[in-house]
Amino acid sequence: MKNRLKVLRAENNYTQEDLAEYIGVSRQTINAIEKGKFDPSLPTAFRISKLFKLSIEDIFQFEEN
Amino acid sequence: MKKERRKNLTQLAAWTWSWVATLAIATFGPKFIWDDHILLTVLAVTVNFTNGILMIIANRKFFNNLDELERKIHLESLALTLGLAVVVGLTYSLLDVTDLITFDAEISNLVMFIGLAYGIILTVNTRRYS
Repeated sequence: MKNRLKVLRAENNYTQEDLAEYIGVSRQTINAIEKGKFDPSLPTAFRISKLFKLSIEDIFQFEEN
Repeated sequence: MKKERRKNLTQLAAWTWSWVATLAIATFGPKFIWDDHILLTVLAVTVNFTNGILMIIANRKFFNNLDELERKIHLESLALTLGLAVVVGLTYSLLDVTDLITFDAEISNLVMFIGLAYGIILTVNTRRYS
């Protein structure tokens, strides 16, 4: 799954640490999501979309392997 | 989240160290401290067992406070460690039963192996996601 998390985070001047704090996960998890190494759960995806006031599809793009 | 994590980790460390301490007392106490007094030995074993249960509860609390990625990392590490513990443990026992090794298969060796295996697998898994 691709995502725009890194771009959105930069646009909003958040550090990974800030974002992790807002979402309620560890900084390592934010880093892994940004690098595409880990797909977040639905509740985490909803929290991220709520924070950036965007739909989940605007942030995460599903792609078949 | 960080505060809660630190609190859970401190509690887990405290219960783990006190479990190790009570295990040492229950192991060496009968011989070196209270001269095989049966009631004191039963008491020491009971305290150690209760402490062990509380350590497991603290571990569960710590685990439940981890986030989704950390839980995935720990779960994968636990699955591999469990598999290794069963396979290596039974092979080790078989080596003893069939006299392919000259010494007795000690459970403490298996416990050390489990600890080492879990530590290594957890480190490798953590690096995979960073």
